[in-house]
Amino acid sequence: MTPLLSLEGLTKAYPGVVANDNVSLAINPGEVHALLGENGAGKSTLVKMIYGLVKPDSGTMRMHGAPFAPPEPRAARAAGVGMVFQHFSLFDALSVAENIALGMENAPKLRDLSRQIKAVSDTYGLPLAPDHLVGDLSAGERQRVEIIRCLLQEPKLLIMDEPTSVLTPQEVEILFKTLRKLSQEGTSILYISHKLEEIRALCDSATVLRLGQVVGTCIPRETSAGDMAEMMVGKVLSVPSRANPEFGAELLSVTRLSLPPLSAFGMPLRDISFTLRAGEILGIGGVAGNGQDELLSALSGERRTPPGAIALEGADIGALEPNQRRALGVLAAPEERLGHAAVPNMSLTENAMLTGATRMGLEKNGFLNWGAAQDFAREIITAFDVRTPSAQNAARALSGGNLQKFVIGREVLQDPKVLIVNQPTWGVDASAAAAIRQALLDLATGGAAVIVISQDLDELMEISDRFAALNEGRLSEPRPAEGLSVEEIGMMMGGAHGMEVAHV
Amino acid sequence: MDISVINPILLVAALMGAATPILLAATGELVVERAGVLNLGVEGMMIIGAICGFAVAVETGSPLTGFVAAAIGGAALSLVFAFLTQVTLANQVASGLALTLFGLGLSALLGQSYVGVKPPKFDDLDLGALGEIPVLGPILFSHDIVLYFALALVAAVWLVLRFTRFGLLLRAVGENHDAAHALGYKVVRLRVLAIMFGGACAGVGGAYISLVRVPQWTEGMTAGVGWIALALVVFASWKPWRVLLGAYLFGGITQLQLNLQGAGVAIPVEYLAMSPYLITILVLVILSADKSAAPASLGRSFHASN
Repeated sequence: MTPLLSLEGLTKAYPGVVANDNVSLAINPGEVHALLGENGAGKSTLVKMIYGLVKPDSGTMRMHGAPFAPPEPRAARAAGVGMVFQHFSLFDALSVAENIALGMENAPKLRDLSRQIKAVSDTYGLPLAPDHLVGDLSAGERQRVEIIRCLLQEPKLLIMDEPTSVLTPQEVEILFKTLRKLSQEGTSILYISHKLEEIRALCDSATVLRLGQVVGTCIPRETSAGDMAEMMVGKVLSVPSRANPEFGAELLSVTRLSLPPLSAFGMPLRDISFTLRAGEILGIGGVAGNGQDELLSALSGERRTPPGAIALEGADIGALEPNQRRALGVLAAPEERLGHAAVPNMSLTENAMLTGATRMGLEKNGFLNWGAAQDFAREIITAFDVRTPSAQNAARALSGGNLQKFVIGREVLQDPKVLIVNQPTWGVDASAAAAIRQALLDLATGGAAVIVISQDLDELMEISDRFAALNEGRLSEPRPAEGLSVEEIGMMMGGAHGMEVAHV
Repeated sequence: MDISVINPILLVAALMGAATPILLAATGELVVERAGVLNLGVEGMMIIGAICGFAVAVETGSPLTGFVAAAIGGAALSLVFAFLTQVTLANQVASGLALTLFGLGLSALLGQSYVGVKPPKFDDLDLGALGEIPVLGPILFSHDIVLYFALALVAAVWLVLRFTRFGLLLRAVGENHDAAHALGYKVVRLRVLAIMFGGACAGVGGAYISLVRVPQWTEGMTAGVGWIALALVVFASWKPWRVLLGAYLFGGITQLQLNLQGAGVAIPVEYLAMSPYLITILVLVILSADKSAAPASLGRSFHASN
C-alpha cells in the first residue's frame, strides 16, 4: 500500500539547535499515527513543515507517492492537510460560523455554512451552535470549532497537536470516538501528545522523537507506557514519593469566597469553601478557564476579598496585599510565566528580588541589597537545575521549562507556610517535572500547606492528599485523592459539557 | 427671552449639516479601528482635507473637484501614518499625535495665500417636488450631495462590515492579527487600506467645514472636530449606526445651544457651549453599557515574526 504521506530525511536547523535531524516516517490511509516526545523533541517543528508553516532545510515529503512541498498553509490545506492547533487560532469576538468561514478557502454564504456546521457536528457528535460568540465558549467547545473547521474541508490527513490538554476525561472519550470514526472513513490522523495512556488507547502506530531524532517506533497497544516513556526520555524516571504524610493544625481556611469576574470573558468565583492543614497538598483540577487564575489571585492577594472569606491560622487576610501576605508566609506562583510570574525583560536577579524581597530580607529601609538578591537567584538556579548562563540573563531568554523551574524554585526556597501554584510543570520535560513535584512534596513534608492547581490529572493524582475540581467558578467538595476513579474525577470537573457520543 | 424664535424645522435641517464633518471623520476612523489600528491623526487629516479641498475648489471653481482633492489629500497624509506604524512598526499613539501636529502645520503653510478668499458656492441638491413637501421637504430634501453621501457611507460601512467577506476579514484582523496571519491573510495590506479609507473620509469631512459650513479658510479651523470624532467612535462602541446617532446628537445640541444663545436664555453661555459635549458623551456612555468590547488587537503592532 502506498502511504498517504511519507517523510524522508527531513532536517531543519535553527541557530544553535537542530530541531529535526534526518526524520523519516510514513502514515498510511486511515491510520492513527502518534508522534511522541518530550517538549523540545521537535514534534511541533515536524508538523509545521507538513502544514507549510516552516520549510525544511533538506529531505523530501511525498503525498500518495508524489512530491509534496507546501510553500504555505493554504497549499497544504488544498492538498488535504488539516491542523488543529494547540493554542487555538480563533477570534473571540466573532461567531462560530464566522470563525469557520475565515478558515476556508471558498466559504459559502453564512446561512449555508451554518447548515453545514450543524450537519457535520451532528454526524460526529460535536454539538456546536453556529451563531454563538467564540469568546463565550469553553475550551472544549473551542476545540470543536477548530475540528469542524478542518472537517468541512474533508481532509485526508488531520494533524492534532496535544488536543486533550484542555479537555475533561469525558470530553477526551468523545473526541476519541470522533477520531476513530474519522479513521474508519479513511482519514489519517497524526496525533501529537506526551500522554502515553491516551496514545495506547487510540493510536495504531507511534514514532518517538528525542532531541530531533527518531529514536524508535512501536505499536502502542503492544508496548507498555513505561517502555514508551523510557524511549522518550532515554532513561528510567524516578517517581516522586514521600513518606507517610502527617497533617498538623489547620493553616488556611476559605469560607464562601465569591468574586465577580474581571472582564466580560472572565469567570466569577462562586461560593468557594475549603480548609487546608499543615503538611497537606490539595490538588485542584478542572478545565482551564474555570476560575483557576481567579482563585490564585484571590489567595495571593492580587485581588482583595470580602472580610471573612480567607483566613490564615484564624486571622482574616482577605484585605492584605501580596507583599503583606508574603510576610505572613502565603506565597504563590501563577500560571503565566512571562508577564505574570516573571518580568520578561528583567534579569533573573531582579526577578528574584521582586517576590523574594520581603521574606529573604533583600530590602532594608527602602534600599535594595543586590548582592543578597544575586545569591538568592544563584541558589534557585543551582537547587532547581535552571539552565542559564548566569543570573544576569533576562527572564525572556530562558526556555519555558527553565523559567518554570526558576519561578517555582523562587517560591519554594522562601520557606512558605502556604504555597499556591498554578500549572507547576506546564511545558517542563518529564525529569524536571518529577523534580518539581518532589520539591512540592518535600515542602509539605516540612510542614507547609500546598495548593496545586493543574490541568494534568496524572500529576494531581501523584502528589495530592485531597482532590477537588473547579467548574464554572465553583469548587467541588475536596475528597481524598487515593482511590478516586477517572469517572468520579470527570464528574467533579463538570462532566462532558453537554457533549454527546458520535452517532456512528 | 423668546424661545418661539427657534424654528424647529430649520433647527433639524441645520443639525444635519453641523453633524456631517464629524460623521464622515468618525465613520472613517471606525473602519480603521475595526481593523485594529488606532489613528489619533484624524484632526490632522481633516485640516489637510480642508485646505486641499478649499484650494482646489478655488482654483478649479468646482467644489466637487475640491472634495475629491480633499479625499486624496487626507488619504495621502494617512499613508505617512501607515508607513510609520505598519512598516516601521512605530508606536501608533505617538505617530497619530505627530500626524495631527504635522497636518496642522502643513495646512497653515499651504493655506497662506487662501486666507480671506471666497470659495465657489456649493449648491444644495435640487430634488424638485420632494423639497416642497411641508416639514419633511426642508428637513430631508434640501441638502447638498456630500451630506447624503455621508449618510450612504454609514449604511455602506455597516453593510460591508456585517454581511461581506471583506468586512469579516477586516474584523478578524482587528480582533486577532496573529490568528488571521496564521490562516494566511495579509494583515498589513488590509490595515493600510483601512488607514487610507479613514484618511479619505477625514479629508472629505474637513473640506465640508471649509467649503460648506464656514465657508472660508482660516488656520486651525477644524477646531477639535477630529478629536470629537475619535471620542465618538469609542462611545459608539465601534458600531456605525451609533456613530450616526452620536454625530447627530452632537450636531443637534450644538445648533440648539446656538439658537438658545440667540434667543437670550438666562443660562451662562459657557454652560450652553459645553452642553453638546456633556450630553453626547452621557447618552453614548449609557448606550455602551452593553459591554461591547474594543477590537482586541486595537493599537497593537503586528509583525509576522514566526
